[in-house]
Amino acid sequence: MDKFTTLTGIAAPMPLVNIDTDMIIPKQFLKTIQRSGLGKNLFDEMRFNQDGSEIADFVLNQPAYRSAEIIIAGDNFGCGSSREHAPWALLDFGIRCVISTSFADIFFNNCFKNGILPIRLSEEQVGILMEDARKGANARMTVDLAAQTVTSSDGQVFSFEVDAFKKHCLLNGLDDIGLSLEKVSSIDAFEQTAGTKRPWV
Amino acid sequence: MTAPRTLYDKIWDDHVVHTSEDGTCLLYIDRHLVHEVTSPQAFEGLRMAGRKVRAPEKTIAVPDHNVPTTEGRDTHIDNEESRIQVEALDKNAKDFGINYYPVSDIRQGIVHIVGPEQGWTLPGMTVVCGDSHTATHGAFGALAHGIGTSEVEHVLATQTLIQKKSMNMKVEITGKLRPGVTAKDITLSVIGATGTAGGTGYVIEYCGEAIRDLSMEGRMTVCNMAIEGGARAGLIAPDEKTFAYVTGRPHAPKGEQLDAAIAYWKTLFTDEGAHFDKVVVLKGEEIEPVVTWGTSPEDVLGISGVVPHPESFTGGKIEAARRSLDYMGLEPGTPLKDIKIDAVFIGSCTNGRIEDLRAAAEVLKGKKIAPGVRGMVVPGSGLVRAQAEAEGLAQIFLDAGFEWRLAGCSMCLAMNPDQLAPGERCAATSNRNFEGRQGRGGRTHLLSPGMAAAAAVTGYLTDVRELMAETV
Repeated sequence: MDKFTTLTGIAAPMPLVNIDTDMIIPKQFLKTIQRSGLGKNLFDEMRFNQDGSEIADFVLNQPAYRSAEIIIAGDNFGCGSSREHAPWALLDFGIRCVISTSFADIFFNNCFKNGILPIRLSEEQVGILMEDARKGANARMTVDLAAQTVTSSDGQVFSFEVDAFKKHCLLNGLDDIGLSLEKVSSIDAFEQTAGTKRPWV
Repeated sequence: MTAPRTLYDKIWDDHVVHTSEDGTCLLYIDRHLVHEVTSPQAFEGLRMAGRKVRAPEKTIAVPDHNVPTTEGRDTHIDNEESRIQVEALDKNAKDFGINYYPVSDIRQGIVHIVGPEQGWTLPGMTVVCGDSHTATHGAFGALAHGIGTSEVEHVLATQTLIQKKSMNMKVEITGKLRPGVTAKDITLSVIGATGTAGGTGYVIEYCGEAIRDLSMEGRMTVCNMAIEGGARAGLIAPDEKTFAYVTGRPHAPKGEQLDAAIAYWKTLFTDEGAHFDKVVVLKGEEIEPVVTWGTSPEDVLGISGVVPHPESFTGGKIEAARRSLDYMGLEPGTPLKDIKIDAVFIGSCTNGRIEDLRAAAEVLKGKKIAPGVRGMVVPGSGLVRAQAEAEGLAQIFLDAGFEWRLAGCSMCLAMNPDQLAPGERCAATSNRNFEGRQGRGGRTHLLSPGMAAAAAVTGYLTDVRELMAETV
């Protein structure tokens, strides 16, 4: 997993609430057995007509936002299915950070496994950043994970909360499985005890 | 004397392997369910790192999401990408030695129907799957939730999951349901009341007389859609119905072990005075047969309602409702019963069990699908299908003009060839009405199996109670 430290980039405004994982990556693209290559299908049905031509007014098709690395989104971003193809598609497109008032639980967790930082801010703060993002490509925001701040293009600084363990993993690009396997003796011990207490499991 | 604990607290406490200083826990996983769509990259990750599946005997795989539901699929799947995914699962199950139900096996079906049916799902367990509807298994008083593919790999390698504890939420449904009102109406009504983010950060425990009165299958329908309310999981405390349901199933404990298990399962309830961080109470008597009108599962109304005006909402929901109505091709103020449908889908992990098929068949008996409407029944498993055939339900569906399919997820998410055409409107017993969910441009109205059958007969969204009155 790539580290996430600081990011300065273009933010795309997507004020729609309840942007679900079927919108982020429709199911016809879940048939892959790889993690890569999904960026071209990100937001497919919002981004392209049935004949494959671009829908001009969709935000990521507009010249100012084609190389966006941040999305400022409406409430409850990433609701729906557990498909990790959603963060894979965002990452493959180049999105490294999503800012919203709220995220669906599984999507939120999936982001951290893939070097994407989801940030929760208040409605007012998201509103300010949404307006900032609407200014287009010249309005670059900065996200600093170590300092836990988002800085708008005009210098307003907002602090955000992030789980300490998730932050540590993201800052260092750490593999969860390796970390958990360091606790293998605890897992062995648990299985011994549980095997006695609940032998039917 | 320990402090009073909720059901969730108890299951959690019994599965903590390790707690870090910051409260991050390593939670032991008792059952890991696997399907073909969210697992290939996880198995590939294991291979690349030279890792094994730690507990293959606790890992159960079945292809369901993109298998065709037509005959001949055990020898050939036309869609190459689907075929590759199913073949990859065949190979991964064999290479890693995990329990497996291939498409050729009568026990194959939707993973969340197969788990309980085979007795893999038991009270007090932790159950995960790379699928958000894993919440279904909460009906047994098991802590069950969906995970992403990285977490699938983590569970395969370690039989644990890195977790922080969620908050406790209680959803109580008091009193009795009225005739024609089902578990599906309960779960949709709860989402309508709390919104799709109402449960975010929580594990829900459903309780109250109306929940107690439900069968195990009804309870599975309720818990299945906990995720649509944003919750990590839904739970229902196990009781005699639960014990009776699991007893005798192939992988359930037997003899003395069953007695010991039941003694333990009887401790799985929320203690008097335990703290809930959020409480929602609905009156069972006030719940109507409901349908969804929009493209979010929170867009729920009683069947006697009318399509709402976007301006009746607040904040970002105004624009979302406008977009929904445009997508759904609906005008505000239209009575829901005036909405004409093109297709009916009966199936899914929400409503693909035998009682669901019985409820639909009860309405359809001796009737025909309205002209121009296409109906499809997709049983949740091969065993459900066989039972429905034995009970004569299949013949009722066929006589009414429905297609009678093989088991799978099918048109719930339309990864296989079962899809809506653009603009087609479907009354569906599934769980999501998102844009494009059942096929690009397809329009979905979520409802119960009885309501789906009623819509099939009239060709319009219909109050099932009107057809029930006819049969009395």
